[in-house]
Amino acid sequence: MKRFAVPVIVFAGLLALLAVGLKLDPRRVPSPLIGKPAPAFEASSLHDPSRQLSLADLHGKVALVNVWASWCASCRQEHPYVRELARRGVPVYGIDYKDARADAVDWLNTLGNAYVATVFDPRGRIGLDWGVYGVPETFVLDANGVVRHKHIGAIDDRSLEDEILPLVRRLRAEATK
Amino acid sequence: MIPEAGHFALILALTMALAQAGFALCGAWRGRVRWMQVADSAVTGQLFFVTVAFGVLAWSFYSNDFSVAYVAENSNSHLPWFYRLAAVWGAHEGSLLLWVLILCVWTMAVELFSSELPEAFRARVLGVMGIVSAAFLLFMLATSNPFTRLFPAPMEGRDLNPLLQDFGLIAHPPMLYMGYVGFSVAFSFAVAALLGGRLDAAWARWSRPWTLAAWTFLTVGIAMGSWWAYYELGWGGWWFWDPVENASFMPWLAGTALIHSLAVTEKRGVLKSWTVLLAIFAFSLSLLGTFIVRSGVLNSVHAFATDPQRGVFVLVLLALVVGGSLAVYAWRAPLIRSRGRFDLLSRETMLLFNNAMLAVAAVTVLLGTLYPLIVDAMGLGKISVGSPYYNMVFVPIMVPLLVLAGIGPMVRWKVQGAGALARKLRAALLASGVAAVVALWWIVNTSPEAVLGLTLAVWIAWTSLQGVFERLRHKSRPVRALRQIPRGFWGMTLAHLGIAVFVAGVTVVSTFGVKSDLRMAPGDSFDAAGYTWRFGGVHPVEGPNYTAQEGSVTVLRDSTVVARLRPQKRTYLVQRNPTTEAGIEAGVFRDLYVSLGERLPGDGAWSLRVQYKPLVRWIWFGALMMAVGGALGATDPRYRKLLARERAAADGRGEVTV
Repeated sequence: MKRFAVPVIVFAGLLALLAVGLKLDPRRVPSPLIGKPAPAFEASSLHDPSRQLSLADLHGKVALVNVWASWCASCRQEHPYVRELARRGVPVYGIDYKDARADAVDWLNTLGNAYVATVFDPRGRIGLDWGVYGVPETFVLDANGVVRHKHIGAIDDRSLEDEILPLVRRLRAEATK
Repeated sequence: MIPEAGHFALILALTMALAQAGFALCGAWRGRVRWMQVADSAVTGQLFFVTVAFGVLAWSFYSNDFSVAYVAENSNSHLPWFYRLAAVWGAHEGSLLLWVLILCVWTMAVELFSSELPEAFRARVLGVMGIVSAAFLLFMLATSNPFTRLFPAPMEGRDLNPLLQDFGLIAHPPMLYMGYVGFSVAFSFAVAALLGGRLDAAWARWSRPWTLAAWTFLTVGIAMGSWWAYYELGWGGWWFWDPVENASFMPWLAGTALIHSLAVTEKRGVLKSWTVLLAIFAFSLSLLGTFIVRSGVLNSVHAFATDPQRGVFVLVLLALVVGGSLAVYAWRAPLIRSRGRFDLLSRETMLLFNNAMLAVAAVTVLLGTLYPLIVDAMGLGKISVGSPYYNMVFVPIMVPLLVLAGIGPMVRWKVQGAGALARKLRAALLASGVAAVVALWWIVNTSPEAVLGLTLAVWIAWTSLQGVFERLRHKSRPVRALRQIPRGFWGMTLAHLGIAVFVAGVTVVSTFGVKSDLRMAPGDSFDAAGYTWRFGGVHPVEGPNYTAQEGSVTVLRDSTVVARLRPQKRTYLVQRNPTTEAGIEAGVFRDLYVSLGERLPGDGAWSLRVQYKPLVRWIWFGALMMAVGGALGATDPRYRKLLARERAAADGRGEVTV
């Protein structure tokens, strides 16, 4: 008798899980990192394995950290906007997430490297600390290295003009005060 | 007024669904034939009103009635008329309406083709389907009414998601839903049998054609989705292990297990409670798929329609349908007795292994899909599970399954001598061995996966054809014997051959496919995979509701032009997000594939992705063969003949079938 009840019990557990999952909408609940200092990291540079990059490299300026990967289709769609940000003088740092070094370098060579520097994160360790849910994601850091905003998904026309650039301007104004 | 009529029709359809469920189930319980007949009329009425609602929504799209919020959100007067009609199911509300319409069509089909079933059983089936339908109609009316008005009405609509403006998307969701919803028939048969306490070989035989039909549609639907992703997402991949794809793959795996275990239950009367459970699982996974796609629990590239508030309702719906049926299972299944024994080496055991592996595969995909959610719910942050996980865990499950697909059909029911089996398999083993050696020699940079894949493809193809041959071997008139082979057997053979074709396609394209990301200026050329790819530059073109940059790439082989490819990068005027249209020259043995990347600094240079994809078509062709096999099995005349004979026997004995 009892073993026939197993499916319904397992299902009840699953249902409870889904109910909790519903409350955690990835789009509405902001990242717990917002308002907190960015998680520290120390890892090799994508282009130069012997060079170590760390959070300290970002300090002192308003910067964007863009998590991307060469296997990610939306990153390719997003890349022109990253270039556009770089063109407008916003420093963008990259985290190359769960990727192969050769593929990633290749990708940047064809699409144009717009990053000030890219950290190589082949196993997704840094991504885990940063609460990366999927690629691409973009974090906006203020001059004190505090995460001020997280954009999930590819940056497009609208999020560039209405969301990211105004925030960068505001954070820069804050920093000079 | 017309949209209100649609809304009203939906409300009437809900009352019909409730009447159908109530009268059918109570009628079966109390043994009232009249009540059950009322349920029959309710089925027809419900189909009528849902069709009216669907027609009204389609008309609102066709006539650009932007006062309907759903139309304004998903259409535009510049959209060509066929996309305006396809836009009916381009987002959440409309796809739900399509879901219910398809459910009504399936219910009607059950009503029409099951007149020979015992009345009480048939009524229970219709009753369970009525409950499912009522739940969905209630969901639609309460949270997702497609007929909500906008005031003031906007002048212009916000256009259909550009990714969806494509032929693949006109046909893909209806096919997929035919499969999803089709499993509701097998589900209802299972629950009805549990309720009535009659779980026997006859029940399995009644379920089989319906399950095969649903499985066929689902197979076609998934293949179309894969094909669409291949040419529309501009990436050249054919499967992404995206949550939405997984949502359709899980019921497919469960359904595949179900069609095999139904065979055991029908032929041998064993594995009954497992088969019932599988029928419940297959439909539950379909519902879970709907939930995953529609609620925003998991995000993905497909996140077209996400809304967490609706998720609560879907959860209640899942609790009702899945939880309810599993509770019935817990209550009634202990009464099921499986008689009949079988040896360790027998067809039954083979199919049991098949089921075990397919179930493990389904659970693997389920875990991979839900794992990010579990981690998140426990407060450990957000992670995503990608193709590395699936490739790692899926191959070890699939390899023994494919080996088994070759052996299983050779093995006799009940008991099989090991020596005789070994003799039967000798030739197939030899052929596969030769294939392995050839593959080893042919593939210079030996990749073990490729050798394995090709060997397995040969193995399955050989054993399937041998199965046909063995049916003829000892016959004095082989041509006549060929015609006497039952359609279901042809179906199985074709479906298994489809697996071989599919495996060959997957193996070859992933081993010998060539992919290059290039920076090309006009006039540049590049040699890859024995072809010369010459870039002719990019010029703007205009579509009805988009502008595009169109590249031209000429592909030459030995200085003769093989193909002129025109990949596009489109910007749709209203929603402004860019989409890629790959330029593809398709062939039986290879596809030439170019997608346009970005404009690069410099004299008209662009980034291009150039791909040579050998045997990529075999992937979808194999899936299509499986689907045709399923259709052959579903239409085997045997099912109807047996049904008629049973009925006649019951009448002859003067039995009351109520």
